[in-house]
Amino acid sequence: MSVSPRVASWMQATPFAVIMTCLVIVPLGIIFVVSFMDFGFAEIIPEFYLGNWQDVLRSTLTIDTYITVFQQLAIVWSITLVLGFTIAYYLIFHVRSNFWRAIFLAACAIPFWTSGSIRMISWVPLLGREGLVNQFLVGTGLIDEPISWLLYSEFSVIVVYVNMLTLAMLGPIANSMAKISPSVIQAARDQGATEWQTITEVIIPLIKPGFVVGTIFIITAVMGDGFLVRAMSGNQVNTPAVAIMNEINAFQYPPAAAKSVVLLLIVLGMVGLLLRFVDIRKELAR
Amino acid sequence: MTKTKTTGISRRNVLKGGAAATVGAAIGSGVITGFPTYWAQASKDITITHVGSIYTTNPTVSEQANKDLGFTIQMQTLDNTTQINRMLTQPETIDVSDFGNTNMGYFKNRGILMPIPVKEYKYWDQTVPLFTQGTYADGNAYSMQGYAPIKSQYWTDASAQEYSLTPTDFLVGIPIMYNADTLGVRPDLVPHKVESWGDLFNSEFAGKVALQDGVNVGVPDAAVALEAAGLMTYVDKGNMTREEIDKTIDILIELKRAGHFRSFWTNFDQSVQLMASGEVVLQSMFAPAVTEVRTRGIACQYLPLKEGSRGWYIFQSAMAHLDGGDKLRRDCVMEYMNWCNSGFNGVYFSRQGFYSSVPDLMKAQLSENDYGYWYEGKPATADIIDPFGKVMEKAGAVRDGGSLWDRMGNVGIWNTLMDEDRYLVRRWQDFMAA
Repeated sequence: MSVSPRVASWMQATPFAVIMTCLVIVPLGIIFVVSFMDFGFAEIIPEFYLGNWQDVLRSTLTIDTYITVFQQLAIVWSITLVLGFTIAYYLIFHVRSNFWRAIFLAACAIPFWTSGSIRMISWVPLLGREGLVNQFLVGTGLIDEPISWLLYSEFSVIVVYVNMLTLAMLGPIANSMAKISPSVIQAARDQGATEWQTITEVIIPLIKPGFVVGTIFIITAVMGDGFLVRAMSGNQVNTPAVAIMNEINAFQYPPAAAKSVVLLLIVLGMVGLLLRFVDIRKELAR
Repeated sequence: MTKTKTTGISRRNVLKGGAAATVGAAIGSGVITGFPTYWAQASKDITITHVGSIYTTNPTVSEQANKDLGFTIQMQTLDNTTQINRMLTQPETIDVSDFGNTNMGYFKNRGILMPIPVKEYKYWDQTVPLFTQGTYADGNAYSMQGYAPIKSQYWTDASAQEYSLTPTDFLVGIPIMYNADTLGVRPDLVPHKVESWGDLFNSEFAGKVALQDGVNVGVPDAAVALEAAGLMTYVDKGNMTREEIDKTIDILIELKRAGHFRSFWTNFDQSVQLMASGEVVLQSMFAPAVTEVRTRGIACQYLPLKEGSRGWYIFQSAMAHLDGGDKLRRDCVMEYMNWCNSGFNGVYFSRQGFYSSVPDLMKAQLSENDYGYWYEGKPATADIIDPFGKVMEKAGAVRDGGSLWDRMGNVGIWNTLMDEDRYLVRRWQDFMAA
C-alpha cells in the first residue's frame, strides 16, 4: 500500500495539530471570550462586558505589577547569566575529566532534591531576623541589630529565583559550549588570542543559541510564577501572575482571563523578539 | 470509646456483629425504613465520596467510618479553591462535602446542595444554639457581623435556593466544627499584656505583626484592629461598604509602606513558622497553630481580647444529585453524616482543640480530663495528649480563654464573604502591589 507524499505529510502533521488545537488554541479562545464577560459570586455571567479590559488597560495596578516583574526579570536574568556563563565555562573548558564534569553538573541540581514548599520554608532559618545570616552579621559586629529586609521582601524573592533558575541558564549555555570543537579553541590560541579574546570573539558568538534558550527559560519562569513570589514576599509583592492567582482564588475568572491574555501576549512578544535574533532551529541542528 | 450507651442506640456494642448489626442499629434509630437484610447486602457496594479540608478529612476517621458503617467512605482532601470549583462545576462527582463559612455566599441559588431535612439528622435537638437558634448557650444573641452561623443555617424551603434567618425544616449543612480565633502572642517577646486587637497596629510592634492573607479572614481581622485602635469606624465590619473598603485599604497601604507588616501567611505551616522563628510576635492565628507552636517548646498565648474573637464554623453537607438519584445511596449518605457527629470523629478533632456542635455527646465519650481541659476550662488533671500521641500540655495547664462558652461566648465578628467581595479583592490587589 502506498500513500502519496502529500497525504503522508498531512497525516504526520495531524496528531500534533489536533493536540495543539484541542489543548492550546481552543482553551485560549475560551479564556479570551470569558475575559469579555461579567461575573458574580463564583459565577461567570455570559453578557458582553468591557469592565475587565478597562481595568486592565487603565489601572495603575497593571503598570505597578509589570514594573515589579520587569525589575525582577532584569535582575534575575543578569545574575543568572553571569553565574550560568562562568560556571558553564569552568565546567566545559577547565574541568578536564568527564567524570568530574558530570558530578559538578549534578551538584548544581542539589537544590531540587527536596520539595518546593520545604525549600521555601527552609529560607526562614537562614534569612530570618533570627536566622543564620543575621546571627553572623550581628555576631561579627558588622551590624548592630538584625536586618529584616533579608526575608519577606523583594530581596528574598530575587535570592530564591537566582537559587532556582541559575541551572536553567547554565544548562543550555553549557550545552552550547560543549558543542564547540576543541580545535576551534586551539586555533584561536595558535593565532595568539588571549583567554579573554577567545571568550569574547570565539565562544560568545558560538553559544548564542544556548544563551537564547536560557533567556527564554528565565523569562517564562519569572513572568509566570506566582507561588514563589507569594511565599518569599510574605504576600506583599504583587506581580501579574500573582494578581491572576488572587482572582482565581476568589473565583473571579473574567478579570483573571483578561490579565492572562495580556500576560500571554507580552511573554509571546518577548520570546518572538528573541527568536528573531537567533534562529534556534538552525543553530541547534548544527 | 465504649461509653456510647448514653446516646440511646449502643451501635458500637452491636458492631462486633458486623455490617448487619450496624444496619440494625441504623434502623433502630429510625433513619432507614425498609428491608434490613436487603439494605445490608446492597449497601455493601456503595462508595461515598467525601471531600473536605485537612481538618475534616483524614485516614484515621475514614478507617473508623469504614469499620463502623456497612459501606465505604472515600475521603479526598482538597484545597479550598479546588474543592469549591469542583462542587460548582462537577457536583455529581461528590456525595458529601465540608466547607467553612467563607464559602457560604457561593451556594445560594445554585441548586448544588441537598436540603437536609431536620428530622433526618438525629442530633439537632442536642446541637448548640449557635446554630439552631442563632444565640449563645445563655440565649443571648451574638454578633451578626460577617457570616454568622444563623445567616446560612437554614434554607427557606425545600427548593434550597435562599437562606432563612429563622428556623425551618431544611438545613443547609450539619455543623461539624467551630471555634473562635484571636491573636496569637509571644509573651516572651511582647513587653506588656495584650488586651485589645488594637495592639496589632501599635507602633511598638512595627515590623513584627502578621495577618492571614486574604479578604475573608485577614481583612475582617484588620478591620477589628483598626476599629479598636480608633482609626476607623464601621457599620458592619463583616460586610463593608465600598467607602469603608477604600478607607481601610488606604490605611493598610500606609501601614505597609511604613513597614508595619512582617508578612501575610497563606497556610497553617507558614503561621506556625512565623511565630516559632520569632519573625512575628503578634499575629492573627488559628487555634491549632498556637498549639503547634507550643508543642515545639515555645511560649505562645492565645488571649481573649476586649473586642471579642473571630468566629468560624465548618458545615458538612450533601450534594443535590442525591435527592434525585439512588435512594439507597442517599440513605447511606445520611447515615454517614449522622455518624460524623455521633462520636469518634468529634472526639478526634476535639482533642486538637476544635469544638463539636454536640458537646454533650463528646462529654459522654471523651475522658473526664480531656473534656474538662478542652470544653470546661478546667486545669488538666493529667497530661493532655493529642490524637497523634504527642503531649500537648502538662498536667495543671488551663486552656487559653477558658471554657467553651468563655471562648465562644464573645464573638465580635465571623469569617466572612462580603457582598462587595469583587470590589474588595480588587482593592486588596492594590494593597499587595503597594
